Amino acid sequence: MQKTEKDESEDRFKTDNGGAYNGGTMSRGAIRQGAAAAWPICLGYIPIGLAFGVLARQYGLEWWAVGLMSILVFAGSSQFIAVSMLASGAAAPAIIATTFFVNLRHTLMSSALAVYLAGVNRKFLALFAYGITDESFAVNMARFRSGGWDRWRAMILNQLPNFTWISATVLGALAGQFVPPGAFGIDYALTGMFICLLVIQVYGMIYVITALIAGLIAIGWYVVIPGSSYIVGAAVCGATIGYLLKRTARGRL
Amino acid sequence: MTPADYLLLFGGMGLVTYLPRALPLLYLAHREIPRWLADWLGLIPVAILSALLAPILFADEASRTLAFGKPELIVAIPTLLFAIKTHSLGGTVLVGMLLYWMAGVLL
Repeated sequence: MQKTEKDESEDRFKTDNGGAYNGGTMSRGAIRQGAAAAWPICLGYIPIGLAFGVLARQYGLEWWAVGLMSILVFAGSSQFIAVSMLASGAAAPAIIATTFFVNLRHTLMSSALAVYLAGVNRKFLALFAYGITDESFAVNMARFRSGGWDRWRAMILNQLPNFTWISATVLGALAGQFVPPGAFGIDYALTGMFICLLVIQVYGMIYVITALIAGLIAIGWYVVIPGSSYIVGAAVCGATIGYLLKRTARGRL
Repeated sequence: MTPADYLLLFGGMGLVTYLPRALPLLYLAHREIPRWLADWLGLIPVAILSALLAPILFADEASRTLAFGKPELIVAIPTLLFAIKTHSLGGTVLVGMLLYWMAGVLL
């Protein structure tokens, strides 16, 4: 089959790292496309960030402390946990240790993203890593995989929700008493986000099987073992079983 | 707590959050990733999202026991169908929130 000019120009961008093109600059197109992919995440972060600000304020954190925490930590679920631990009088080392375990799953995400960011300079990666969350990770992985995505778009996608999160939490701390609890289905924003993020990662039968196995293990683990080890535990077990099944089936899945 | 206490606590939390985000990327991006590892990592997104999601839908948070028929689960079914049909993140978040809010009013 004869290649068209378009095919060839696209081929130039296909490298060993799975099709990601890691050169280029921060163009206007990159900002626009990065922002277009980021807005749904921002949309989900606004209600959750507001809710966090309200809660933190109720537990006695000043608005500037809320902002400082969001800037330095930037990890929603562990921020919620830290605030409730502060309220119950937990000491700093216990809160820091809990944060470490809750966020250990990012090791897996960071490793998976490395496949698409091979050879990128360390300064860029150091800044990029700051914005890795469950949500930006999932969207970036899906975009890298389907092609036409590069590190600048990925960077915008990482940092815009970050900025939104910081702003929303501070706003919640300052003006949160005006948002009634549970209004407009706010509590479901994160769950809805997870559902769609899971769906867009499915590329075939083996992905469905892996998701089912990881989900089943997670439920069992969650019920039996206290704490948040179920996330990393079930993800590692699920991916390993899925990988072994895939190898055994040799392309039949 | 004084501002210095806050800075120390949040600084510590920030450090233990940032390092797991940065170190694997900084290490692996400048090395040849073996085929098997890349394949395994390719399954990590679905595995991790499913591990995050499943207990929200199928377990009670307060007692950490199995729970079927939570409103979260019931709302998840149409939300999932919407996500499969549209692949729209913003739309799914809005539909999920709307249905959950309606479920709260009706149930």
